[in-house]
Amino acid sequence: MIRLDCPVCGHRDETEFAYLGDATVRRPDPSITDPGTWADFVFLRDNPRGAHCEYWQHVMGCREWLIVNRNTATHQIDSCQLARSVFAGEATMAASS
Amino acid sequence: MTHYSAWSIVRNGLSGNRGWTRAWRDPAPKPAYDVVIVGGGGHGLATAFYLAKEHSLRNIAVIEKGWLGGGNTGRNTTIVRSNYMIPGNTMFYERSMRMWENLSQELNFNVMMSQRGQFHLGHSPAQMDGLRRRGNVMRAHDIDSELMDRAEVMRRLPYLDYSEKARYPIYGAMFQGRAGTARHDAVAWGYARAADRLGVDIIQQCEVTGYLRDGERICGVETTRGPIRAGKVGLAVAGHTSLLAAKAGLRLPIETHALQAFVTEPIKPFIDHVISSGAAHFYISQSDKGGLVLGGDLDGYNSYAQRGGLPEVEHTLASAMALIPSLSRLRLLRHWAGVMDMTMDGSPIIAKTPIEGLYLNGGWCYGGFKATPASGWCFAHTIATDTPHDDNARFTLSRFERGTQIDEKAAGPQPNMQ
Ligand SMILES: Cc1cc2nc3c(=O)[nH]c(=O)nc-3n(C[C@H](O)[C@H](O)[C@H](O)COP(=O)(O)OP(=O)(O)OC[C@H]3O[C@@H](n4cnc5c(N)ncnc54)[C@H](O)[C@@H]3O)c2cc1C
Ligand SMILES: [Zn+2]
Repeated sequence: MIRLDCPVCGHRDETEFAYLGDATVRRPDPSITDPGTWADFVFLRDNPRGAHCEYWQHVMGCREWLIVNRNTATHQIDSCQLARSVFAGEATMAASS
Repeated sequence: MTHYSAWSIVRNGLSGNRGWTRAWRDPAPKPAYDVVIVGGGGHGLATAFYLAKEHSLRNIAVIEKGWLGGGNTGRNTTIVRSNYMIPGNTMFYERSMRMWENLSQELNFNVMMSQRGQFHLGHSPAQMDGLRRRGNVMRAHDIDSELMDRAEVMRRLPYLDYSEKARYPIYGAMFQGRAGTARHDAVAWGYARAADRLGVDIIQQCEVTGYLRDGERICGVETTRGPIRAGKVGLAVAGHTSLLAAKAGLRLPIETHALQAFVTEPIKPFIDHVISSGAAHFYISQSDKGGLVLGGDLDGYNSYAQRGGLPEVEHTLASAMALIPSLSRLRLLRHWAGVMDMTMDGSPIIAKTPIEGLYLNGGWCYGGFKATPASGWCFAHTIATDTPHDDNARFTLSRFERGTQIDEKAAGPQPNMQ
């Protein structure tokens, strides 16, 4: 049983969460018309053995989207953050650089 | 190496079974081969066999990092069926079924193919409509399929829960009489022995760690037992497909997910067929030793761990109990997991890759055991002739960007839902 430390609800069983997959995949800029870019976004994944950054949603709790760093070979969880705070952090970084 | 026959059993039996010779050689890798197949599961071994048998290639090696059939081939629930509906799948799996029917003879090895029939249960009127449609597509392709109503299923499978409050009400079933099970290890061993007899080198305990390049072209593999040159390299490594593709610079429409299976203590003959349920995503059959072999859904998150989590154990066993309440006091003997190469449309890839010299067989999801003979046959054809056979022509890598996915389950590009 994987247990995730939801920043809102605390330690909860994996059965309370839904899984979406690779969180390093980001929707391309909508103005990009190259179909290859969109095909990559929809279909291609790194699928690493080891560190994996992924989306989970706490559907049976606070319903927040989370970004979890988990090892796909050992299931060790290194971090579990609110997706919106990760995105906000990225936006600040982008603005200040 | 001896030909197996009733006579050889009698002769060796009378001489204390001391006369059997080893079934295949254990050669050291040669510096170069015409074709190197990576992965000694059923698919890799079958590919090597058909390259030798159908295309007269003799200088072939299969390279396996562990032992033969130690991957998903030796971990699966061994259901063999050909009840696929989408063009591209239908005739491919039927080719496989026809090959299964003669496989023991073709390999001179008993793969214990048991065509005991498969019931796929329908739990709602809508599911019955779906099964009728699927069955009609099969029959239009000359594949056997029968639709059974509730009364007929009650007569054939009296032990299911037909009560008022059943969790999964039984409306009927689609039955394929030619479906069944085969012995997984025997498939790996049978292909290995038959390939070895045609001169294929089967090299175990040898991990492929990279590629030899000639400019852009791939011209061999780096292994833990040294470099091996090859005219062509074919990958058949199931759950590890993305890792070997990444070493060649390819990203694939694949995620790796764990699937578990279970076997109970042995009991007297009880379940005569394969039974599966679309609602619970559950399947069960009884092995020749008497154990009930059952399985369910993926664990649901990317995993390379060849062991599963407890929630799926509970889900599978709850499904078993809901469908067949009399299982409640059976004990589990063993359970285990394999790592599946789940594609973005649930269908496999048998194709040349964009990299010259590299060929790909993968994306088998949780259903590739039944595909073993046709997969090997079609992959051999693709490697030897540099063109796909009609039956694997749609299993391309480019189908994703071209919008011609083969999504049997209509689940969309979400591998853990496929
Ligand atoms: C629990 C479970 C139940 C299943 N049930 C069914 C079923 O009922 N019916 C069905 O049709 N299918 C089923 N499947 C799917 C089926 O088992 C697989 O699709 C099929 O066996 C894949 O065969 P393969 O030869 O491609 O892979 P494998 O048998 O996994 O062979 C791949 C081999 O590649 C080797 N390898 C990996 N990396 C390297 C490397 N770097 N160098 C050298 N070798 C390497 C591995 O060690 C392995 O032996 C099930 C799978 C599982 C796990
Ligand atoms: Zn929460």
